[in-house]
Amino acid sequence: MTDLADLSIADAGRGLRDGEFTAQELLDATWRRAAVTEAHLHAYLVLDREGARRSAARADEELAAGTDRGPLHGIPVAVKDNLSTRGVETTCASQILAGYTPPYDATAVERLRDAGAVIVGKTNLDEFAMGSSTENSAYGPTRNPWDTDRVPGGSSGGSAAAVAAGSAFAALGSDTGGSIRQPAALTGLVGAKPTYGLVSRYGLVAFASSLDQIGPLARSVPDAVDVLSAIAGWDRHDATSYPGDVPEMGRSLDAGVQGVRIGVVTELMGEGIAPEVLAATASTIERLAAAGAEIVDVSMPSTEYALSAYYLIAPAECSSNLARFDGVRYGLRVDGGTVEEMMARTRAEGFGPEVIRRILLGTYALSAGYYDAFYGQAQKVRTLVRRDFAAAYEQVDVLVSPTSPTTAFRIGERSDDPIAMYYSDVCTIPSNLAGDPAVSVPVALDGTGLPIGFQVMAPQLGEEMMFRVAAEVERSAGFSFRAPLATSEVVEP
Amino acid sequence: MSVIPEGWEAVIGIETHVELQTRSKMFCGCRVDFGDEPNTAVCPVCLALPGALPVANEAAIDGIVRIGTALDCTINERSLFYRKNYFYPDLPKNYQISQYTYPVCEHGRIVVDVDGEPTVIGITRVHMEEDTGKSLHMGEGGRIQDADHTLLDFNRAGVPLVEIVTEPDIRTPDQARAYGAELQRIVRTLGVSDARLEEGSMRFDANVSVRRAGTSELGTRTEIKNVNSLRSMQRAIAFEIERQVEVLAAGGTVVQETRHWNEATGRTTAMRSKEESEDYRYFQEPDLLPLSIDERWRNRVKASMPELPAQLRARLVAAGADERTAGLLADSPLLAGLFDAAVRAGAEARTVASWLTGEVVAYARRVGASVGELHLTAEHLVELAAMVAGGELSATAAKQVLTGVLAGEGGPRQVAEAMDLLQISDSGAIEAVVADVVADHPDALEKIRSGDAKPIGFLVGQVMRATGGKADPKMVQEIIRRSAGL
Amino acid sequence: MPVEIDIAKVAALARIALSDEELAAYGAQLGVILEHAERVQALPTDDVEPTSHPLPLVNAFRPDEVWPSLDRDDVLSQAPDTVDGYYRVPQILDGP
Repeated sequence: MTDLADLSIADAGRGLRDGEFTAQELLDATWRRAAVTEAHLHAYLVLDREGARRSAARADEELAAGTDRGPLHGIPVAVKDNLSTRGVETTCASQILAGYTPPYDATAVERLRDAGAVIVGKTNLDEFAMGSSTENSAYGPTRNPWDTDRVPGGSSGGSAAAVAAGSAFAALGSDTGGSIRQPAALTGLVGAKPTYGLVSRYGLVAFASSLDQIGPLARSVPDAVDVLSAIAGWDRHDATSYPGDVPEMGRSLDAGVQGVRIGVVTELMGEGIAPEVLAATASTIERLAAAGAEIVDVSMPSTEYALSAYYLIAPAECSSNLARFDGVRYGLRVDGGTVEEMMARTRAEGFGPEVIRRILLGTYALSAGYYDAFYGQAQKVRTLVRRDFAAAYEQVDVLVSPTSPTTAFRIGERSDDPIAMYYSDVCTIPSNLAGDPAVSVPVALDGTGLPIGFQVMAPQLGEEMMFRVAAEVERSAGFSFRAPLATSEVVEP
Repeated sequence: MSVIPEGWEAVIGIETHVELQTRSKMFCGCRVDFGDEPNTAVCPVCLALPGALPVANEAAIDGIVRIGTALDCTINERSLFYRKNYFYPDLPKNYQISQYTYPVCEHGRIVVDVDGEPTVIGITRVHMEEDTGKSLHMGEGGRIQDADHTLLDFNRAGVPLVEIVTEPDIRTPDQARAYGAELQRIVRTLGVSDARLEEGSMRFDANVSVRRAGTSELGTRTEIKNVNSLRSMQRAIAFEIERQVEVLAAGGTVVQETRHWNEATGRTTAMRSKEESEDYRYFQEPDLLPLSIDERWRNRVKASMPELPAQLRARLVAAGADERTAGLLADSPLLAGLFDAAVRAGAEARTVASWLTGEVVAYARRVGASVGELHLTAEHLVELAAMVAGGELSATAAKQVLTGVLAGEGGPRQVAEAMDLLQISDSGAIEAVVADVVADHPDALEKIRSGDAKPIGFLVGQVMRATGGKADPKMVQEIIRRSAGL
Repeated sequence: MPVEIDIAKVAALARIALSDEELAAYGAQLGVILEHAERVQALPTDDVEPTSHPLPLVNAFRPDEVWPSLDRDDVLSQAPDTVDGYYRVPQILDGP
């Protein structure tokens, strides 16, 4: 019999409504899985057993009484620990927020609760979402369930590891430069970054406000659509949230790609991309062509500058966003004789090296005399990236590329080389700069058995077409591998 | 009051912060309420809890558009919020949401009148920002330097704040004061702020430099903070001008710095050197969208503008008040309203203006009441003025009656009757008394007829005595002259 | 060429207390990162408007309505140091 923890959201929902099992049993299966996998992975920073138990019990009562909150009702999901959760510690994997228990829920979390989801816990991340490996956590790294010597990607590595290992059916992540899509690629999951503004950022601890978006990590395209549909939509608490109608994201999943025009970004199909990743990308494109899509090569010359622009814009915004962590109102305080000393010591001890590096970088990029050359110029490059995308979308419906230049790398392999680490996001960053949606879909395993992700990008609010193509990619790839650690049997480390 | 030393000229610019009286804060729904228990009007947004986001209060934007319109500014169609980054414990985010390039309003003006000389003071910009929390410095003296710790209350953090910056067009402390007073009148008239200096809902910082008269180069300026009244701004600027002139005259140099005004000592002292100027790392606020204040919005505000103090003063003058009384009336919307209504109903403007700025204000002050609390209506003023014009009341008696009315003793006629102050202005009645008196004093009438005017006074006195003082003396005199054939 | 920066000044602006060794290390790392980031300067952008918001929207306002504030005890329970309903911090050296 299938372990309940490995069901799709749709199958779990069917079972709940058919009375095959209860939400509390789904939750128990999740706890059993976590009991085995957490020892190896450290996907979670907090497991909210009490809160989850109450939610599951309520879901059972409601479903029994005929109150149906939709596809997520009774489904155990995880939340990245940079999303504010009322009454549940939220640290962003940073010492500076050790012990901080928020008095409010992020809008995305509130919407998950409204959809009846059972929030099981808070997942690990690179401190304040700064990183691509989940090694920059003050509470220790998360490991990849496909190979525990390797990173799960980042910064939403905890969410990715949990979902890939089955200790959550789906999870929320945040994506500033690829932090949902890259870990999804490295752990064999579907990970989507929606159009900027589609999901409220209220309660998402800001890294880079003009780039951050919340999105789902899930085990299939339909699962991802279910989660994203639950959290999307305008929010009065976020002035940058999109005030119009939410796209019908799940409407065309079965429509196929006959006649769909698909652009291949030539700049992301060459240098710097691992051969096996290139090969898997190329064969995915062939399958799309075979399914009736029209394939066009598209050049996006600004892509090569996108990474540089990103590493000015994101640190600049982060240097300001993280100024509020000062030892006055919450979190860590390191004493000092004056308030100035107290703040400077608190920040020096509370932030890890990568966070300090980016704060310093951003402070410099914004400071007098350098603004025009760095931050100002980067914002202009951003305009050029948007123009490239706009030009491309005059010819094609979606763009495709690899998600990550490589499969999962070894823990420690890139820790001392920020530039190499930053390069992990080269394929994902342009969509963040443009505010466009993009999704990673697993398509193959490499020679060492590690998953490879394929990225589908679409214009703003083009989620319906994006998921339509993603669903075809998923079907045609027939990717049904499970991470070796996705088991509730005790495994020897 | 102050004199600029001979041969020198001062160059003064003023930055004013005005807290808007909206119901809720600039970027969150916490109430704008002072005098609350500390840290009770706070939420994730104004406390800068991790993940919280600002959303701009539409009423505050409307408020700044109103101010800009009143100050004759260009209202920018497109306007942007910026982050001003600096660490300070009363600033929860450690950046202030403010404006930098593209403020809401630019290029305005205020005309102030000092001793009958109108001066145009340019307004550089008017921008929107948020207030900080309040710091209480605990320890000896309550001064920052002596405190051993500081207490923080964030109730004020995030209250909408409008900053109004002038061009360096001000030359004297008197002009500075007049500017402050006029700006205060304007924002009060607009109803966007109570603009109380003592309570900090209106705050002035003055930038002062001096130079030799006749030169055009700007001297090094200092910024004066902590002026809590118009008078102290005037005094502080006067002190600072004198101080800088002394320094320069002795061959020294003025240091660019922020100086703290001490009301008790009447001096400014250096707070900190601005040589290493702050690097605020301004950048566009990514959490807030650009503002678009289109023609429709601008026109709607224009159409809803109340009569501004300068317009009101001009109208009061046109209605017959002199400049000084017009200024006094314009300071109080209630007085101005009473004046307006009374004059419109036909009362004589000068008389009414003089009562309002004289007896009414004096009475209110004496009993410690506001004008609004007095028993006075425009109808009272109209009736009273008519009684004077009709000769029923003397000017002096009218003032007595007015005091009675103010005290709530009744309407003017009722009070005048109760006080027995009505004059006999019926000429027939007076003629009869005059005839009696003349009959008793035929020699006096003869003298008058032969050109000696002296006995007229005597006869008037006799008539007044006979009428118990109630005859209109002017009318009595006229009738006596007529009887003598003059 | 790695970019030379006044790292001590930057750390002071960012209000982070770092030792001389730490400053030197971060200074060197930032120099290398900035060398890469400098590539943005190679693009001609004279006629290009900067992008600050991905969505071309304007005027997202909230009506002037009061919402409930947080419970003070809840809020202060998160703070490192409080007294009598206030947050408490050590003495302040400089004015704002």
